[in-house]
Amino acid sequence: MEIPKSFLGYKRENGRAGTRNHVIILPVDDISNACAEAVANNIKGTIALPHSYGRLQFGADLELHFRTMIGTGSNPNVAAVIVIGIEPKWTKKIVDGISKTGKPVEGFHIERTGDIGTVMKASKKAQEFVMWASEKQREECPMSDLWISVKCGESDTTSGLASNPTVGNLMDKLEPMGVHLCFGETSELTGAEKVCAKRGSTKEASDKFMKTWSAYNDFILKEATDDLSESQPTAGNIAGGLTTIEEKAFGNFQKIGNCKFVDVLEPAEEPKKGKGLYFMDTSSAAAECVTLQAAAGFNIHLFPTGQGNIVGNPIEPVIKLTANPLTVKGMGEHIDCDVSKILSREMNLSQAGDELIKTTMRVANGRLTCAEALGHKEFVMTKLYRSA
Amino acid sequence: MATDIIIHDQKDNVGVVVIEKITPKQDCSCWIMENNSTVNIQSVDEIPLGHKIAMEDLKEGDTILKYGHDIGKVVKSIKKGEHVHVHNVKTKKW
Repeated sequence: MEIPKSFLGYKRENGRAGTRNHVIILPVDDISNACAEAVANNIKGTIALPHSYGRLQFGADLELHFRTMIGTGSNPNVAAVIVIGIEPKWTKKIVDGISKTGKPVEGFHIERTGDIGTVMKASKKAQEFVMWASEKQREECPMSDLWISVKCGESDTTSGLASNPTVGNLMDKLEPMGVHLCFGETSELTGAEKVCAKRGSTKEASDKFMKTWSAYNDFILKEATDDLSESQPTAGNIAGGLTTIEEKAFGNFQKIGNCKFVDVLEPAEEPKKGKGLYFMDTSSAAAECVTLQAAAGFNIHLFPTGQGNIVGNPIEPVIKLTANPLTVKGMGEHIDCDVSKILSREMNLSQAGDELIKTTMRVANGRLTCAEALGHKEFVMTKLYRSA
Repeated sequence: MATDIIIHDQKDNVGVVVIEKITPKQDCSCWIMENNSTVNIQSVDEIPLGHKIAMEDLKEGDTILKYGHDIGKVVKSIKKGEHVHVHNVKTKKW
């Protein structure tokens, strides 16, 4: 198959391109969720991103909070942003961070005004933004404007056999087109960490990976009360035939094909070393990982599943693929790309990779994913430790 | 003959069932992805889709190889053709 050269995206002020055109109402903190949701309810075509944190955080945890908030607003899938927080200072910090992209953004704080007054003011601005954004047209964008993140979930042995290698095949075919790629799941590379480290494109990248993995593993060993057998592999993984974390890790690792990673990113950190594959230090919980990748600027996500994970994201479309015929049969409404014919050998990996590229292009051009159509908007902040 | 079991790497001592299930004493055709060859095995247990079968006799302390790599240790001896899972294999990590 000839690899497409372009897709139809929304060009943004900073030179990036989006696969979606969202106007988001972003609460700075948990207690501003009600206000943000009221605005999104008033103004059709906007979307609120409620979450659980943003108060009394400090140090690296607070930095991650700001990076996630600013990164989410800055993502090219977002046309314009309303930021609502309880206090003016942190609200302004997030507004200022997002405004560096040049996109319309305005902040509102609730103290001294109350919810009702804030909802009124923010709704007026949100209406202006959404009507402005609705006139944006899709334009031809080069493939290099695609930033593709990947993460697998509810994996089973069919993930490692077929759906993850299908993603790897796509990576091998699209990497030469200059796309940005990102994989994460630090904890779920345990067992395959040494093999993964060898995929660093430089010694520096390999060393950085081992340091990141070791730090995460030390944390797990410190907090674990047993052998983690209740969590890794999950009950779903075990039902699907996965026996150990090592087996899960080698299956997981198939997602990057033969690519080498150019750098290791902090959670939600934007890649700065140009095109190619990046590893991001993330949890292996689906919604947390995708939220961090979206905040780093990735604009389309590939999610292979075995037993049937159903996660979505409010701003980054999440494409599901599976090779498990029972999952296709039982929960087909969640599956965008069926590669189960690999198991019966009616389809080879390269054909499956081509199918996934076709699905990815259709979604990049505007086709809704299953998760979007079903209303999956999981926005989950990663919290590093307790608040002060 | 259709493929009942897929094996990632020639070095692997387990294969993965890729049909809905295999039944005891079933003659199964196994495809080795790495070198595109085929071997046969007779099953001992009923094994569902996605679960592993032992391609050789394995004793306690042996290493399970899949993808050509170490994925854990045998904690209860396993006969060729038996089901390989959490009841007889454990992680070497955590």
